[in-house]
Amino acid sequence: MDLHVGPDLANDAERAAVERVIAAVGPSVVTVGERLTLGGPHRAAARRHLLLPALHALQQAAGWVSPGALNLLADALGVPPAEAYGVASFYDLFALERPANPTVVRVCDDIACRLFGTAAIDAVLTDAGLDDATRHPSPCLGVCDHGGGALVQRVGEATTCLRVAAGAATPVVEAGPLLARARGVHPTSLDAYRSTGGYGALAVAMERGADAVIEAVTASGLRGRGGAAFPTGVKWRAVADQHGRARHVVANADESEPGTFKDRTIMEEDPFALVESLTIAGFAVGAAKGWIYVRGDYPRAQDRVGAALAAARAASLLGHDVAGSGWSFDIELRSGAGAYICGEETALLNSIEGYRGEPRNKPPFPTTHGLFGLPTLVNNVETLVNVPHVLLAGPDAYRAVGTTESSGTRLFCLSGHVARPGLYELPFGVTLGALIERAGGVRDARPLQAVLLGGAAGTFVRGDRLDIELSFEGARAAGVSLGSGVVMLFDDTVDLTDTLARMARFFRDESCGQCVPCRVGTQRVVEWLQAPTADAALLDDLDAVLRDASICGLGQTATSALRSAQRAGLRIRGGAS
Amino acid sequence: MFGAGGGTSSYVDAEETDLVLLWGSNAREAHPIFFHHVLKGLRRGARLWCIDPRRTSSAAWADAWLGLNVGSDIALANAVGREIIHAGLQHREFIARATEGFEAYAAAVEPYTLARAEQITGVPGHAIRELAHAYATAPTAQLCWTLGITEHHNAVDNVLALINLALLTGHVGRPGSGVAPLRGQNNVQGGGDMGAIPDRFSGFQPVADDTVRRRFEASWGVPLSTVPGRHLSRMFEAMEEGELRALYVIGENPADSEADGTRARRLLEGLDVLVVQDVMLTRTAELADVVLPAAAAWAETEGTVTNSERRVQRVRRAVSPPGAARDDLDVIVDLAGRLGADWGTVTAVSAWEELRTLSPVHAGMSYDRIEASGGLQWPCPTDDHPGSRLLHERLWCDPVEGGRAPFSPTEWVPPFDELTDDYPLRLTTGRTLDSYNTGVQTGAYDPPIRRGRALDLAPVDAARLGVAEGERVRVSSRRGSIEMTVAVRGELPEGLAFTTFHFADDADVNVLTVDAWDPKSGTSEFKATAIRVDKLTGAH
Repeated sequence: MDLHVGPDLANDAERAAVERVIAAVGPSVVTVGERLTLGGPHRAAARRHLLLPALHALQQAAGWVSPGALNLLADALGVPPAEAYGVASFYDLFALERPANPTVVRVCDDIACRLFGTAAIDAVLTDAGLDDATRHPSPCLGVCDHGGGALVQRVGEATTCLRVAAGAATPVVEAGPLLARARGVHPTSLDAYRSTGGYGALAVAMERGADAVIEAVTASGLRGRGGAAFPTGVKWRAVADQHGRARHVVANADESEPGTFKDRTIMEEDPFALVESLTIAGFAVGAAKGWIYVRGDYPRAQDRVGAALAAARAASLLGHDVAGSGWSFDIELRSGAGAYICGEETALLNSIEGYRGEPRNKPPFPTTHGLFGLPTLVNNVETLVNVPHVLLAGPDAYRAVGTTESSGTRLFCLSGHVARPGLYELPFGVTLGALIERAGGVRDARPLQAVLLGGAAGTFVRGDRLDIELSFEGARAAGVSLGSGVVMLFDDTVDLTDTLARMARFFRDESCGQCVPCRVGTQRVVEWLQAPTADAALLDDLDAVLRDASICGLGQTATSALRSAQRAGLRIRGGAS
Repeated sequence: MFGAGGGTSSYVDAEETDLVLLWGSNAREAHPIFFHHVLKGLRRGARLWCIDPRRTSSAAWADAWLGLNVGSDIALANAVGREIIHAGLQHREFIARATEGFEAYAAAVEPYTLARAEQITGVPGHAIRELAHAYATAPTAQLCWTLGITEHHNAVDNVLALINLALLTGHVGRPGSGVAPLRGQNNVQGGGDMGAIPDRFSGFQPVADDTVRRRFEASWGVPLSTVPGRHLSRMFEAMEEGELRALYVIGENPADSEADGTRARRLLEGLDVLVVQDVMLTRTAELADVVLPAAAAWAETEGTVTNSERRVQRVRRAVSPPGAARDDLDVIVDLAGRLGADWGTVTAVSAWEELRTLSPVHAGMSYDRIEASGGLQWPCPTDDHPGSRLLHERLWCDPVEGGRAPFSPTEWVPPFDELTDDYPLRLTTGRTLDSYNTGVQTGAYDPPIRRGRALDLAPVDAARLGVAEGERVRVSSRRGSIEMTVAVRGELPEGLAFTTFHFADDADVNVLTVDAWDPKSGTSEFKATAIRVDKLTGAH
């Protein structure tokens, strides 16, 4: 292939890092003696998916992705160097300039954590001896329940995430079936998982067969928990029906919606549940390979899931003969690298494949053209871990919980000015007021100004809308979005303009830039919020073009919270008033 | 192939095939348009195998590159054939119905074991085996070659050895399956189609065929010779023998392009009269008694060209030729007039219309149809015939229409120019993306990607000779000696040297090459010269 790499060379550490990643498959071009060379675009294409893991390895080994390392990697994988640069520069967690400091700390300043200032996390960093580290602000790190967090990247070491009240388990306050193990069951012990019913659902699935599993999931009324609420059984059936083609199942664990920490909690506290659930999904749709794509800012979740995968493999619950059934299935863990957009399922697929995490045009949908162009089931973590309960309890019993259109329980992420922040598992249909009540009401019993439902891409409601029923149909009726289960409280002291401005900067920073209306429009919204006087017509225009002309949800919902705040008549100053 | 002078497939077949076997062809550089179609095929999942002594830029796109010794193609092809037969992968039904001579072929390839082939070709036996299995088991496959196959003293046997493989596997005459010699210019195919072959009239019709000849005699109103003309190599022989004393050269530059260039130039200079008609004042034109400046076929004349997929396309005059340059057609018609034959007014259209009455494969191609369709592929025998994407589809009719396709057993013989202690390196020549042949059409430009005009040596050979990148050296063959600049290139295996022949003014490579030529094709063995490289000593 016509690849021309620059003159910069990698150092020994970088060379070793790349060699470790490609060791199992070898480089894209292999010289077998002087008269035989194996190579070409197919060999390169089969290795492209190693680009992201290799970039992680380089970042960790050297603290940055140097030009020489990028050349080495492009050559080893047969990727055009410009494309490799395009991928490396796409992600926040990769540095492309030599760092001045071997330690970089990314401190969350997103909408929940900024309510409480940085004093608490500063103290944690000081205790950890990180006062000299280079500091960058970070978008939401998914530790809103702690009220502060920081991601620490250090040359030669694994990334870690420090939290206020460091080391404390996630404050799980109300636990239903999904979180039954989240308090007290050892999360890295397969025996503990099995002794509490774990892998019982896989046995049931294998006994009843793939079709029966899909029928049960369909009958349960389970709908996607990632935000789109698509009927899960319909999606599983669509993938299973792609006869004669290799198939993939993917767990979307790229939880990045500001205010969301439910999938992190599941992965940290009950990682085997995700592994078993994805195995059941693979069995049901006839896939040979599963992938768990965990956001890069979740190192503990990655460690726990990685350990669970290794334990499952060692117990033959993954591999060539899953649970003695003769069926072959394995799961690969992939780490994101700091890109909110990769939570969009087609962007996530591109990211796994080693391309920039830019969403694809749809249709075709992943069910027919997904990972590597093959039929692919993509489900959110929370969605997947419902499946064992559907199989063990039966669809009717499962459906008996919740409302007509929203069966089962829901994980609600309570943060902000709430008395007891944390993860609450409650049946669908609970009212907003009742949920807040469970969490002890508003912090310091102050008046509630507003609640953000569904995250940055969600909707604001006034603090007096406590009657809203939290179900898919209830949210629809109220004109709000449940999104990823975010319930973020703002008391009467909060300057919501600051919150909206931070959200606007978030969307601007996280826009992949592929669609011009989104790339430019999100910046215009930032500017609109800074303007001394409001230009309502301009915002109407921006809103319309973002919604109509962006191909994915990021651009389509970038003004959602702002518009809902205006509709709710919330106090906003400056241009937004 | 089996009598017709054209590739059996179309470009689209390279896009819709499962496997492309590029044998003796650096299409990436020498046939970039065709290679675009190959790239489309690769994108759709086709596998690419490259057989070439050099690891070329085409090989960089290949699933596997097999670096055989120069001139060992027949040994490799026969070993592939033997392996296919021994593995039981031959297309038995096709062989039985559409071919003849399989038994003799099978017997002929039997001695070419993988071990023997490895010894002759230098390619690992397991790679030969995998090539055989990949080609035989591919649902469809394209076998393409170029000058790496044909610029040898046994060129025709080389081609036959490859065609045998297509017959063995049934990879011919079907969509996605075929054999394709790639043409180097936009109209090499057209030149042959129009009868610029010593023993053929237009449309590949044999001069020796009485019916054909009478048809041409009737149309032209003159008796025509039954004796085939001479091809280029024979012309030079005839010059040497003093038999050929006058030469009219149209659009060819033999002073630079002929093997053993010293001899070629001596013979051209010794002619009684040399007339050269060309778009540039070439080295050959400089030797001429009369130079007739010609219009460039592209953009300055009306007519047609025919590409490698047998597609006849219109070309149009966009600008007037400069100065005294004239359309080749007008020059020839005037010359005929001076020689006493009044052909009247001849235009591109009228010449084409005459062709349609004489060449059955072109009969259905009017200018109107060619223009409306964007080009038609021969055979196109009637006005309502859509043209032919494939040749030899007949082989898949049951029973076969027309004759069966014959296997042609071939034996490997080494290149003419032997490697010895005095001449231990094998020099092969080729083209680069930025230049064309002797540089008549490309030498005047200075593209930034051009790196040419060096003698490429393998790193191990350069080290042994003690020569470095950029060093001037003396390169000698049994015929001559020139100075060249060394380039050390990792894509060359030990013992192989490479250079282009684009820059005769700088490095007159054909002083070195051997004019041993194939009696069946008349092509010289440009690809296999034995050379010696010496460091320059003293003041230069």
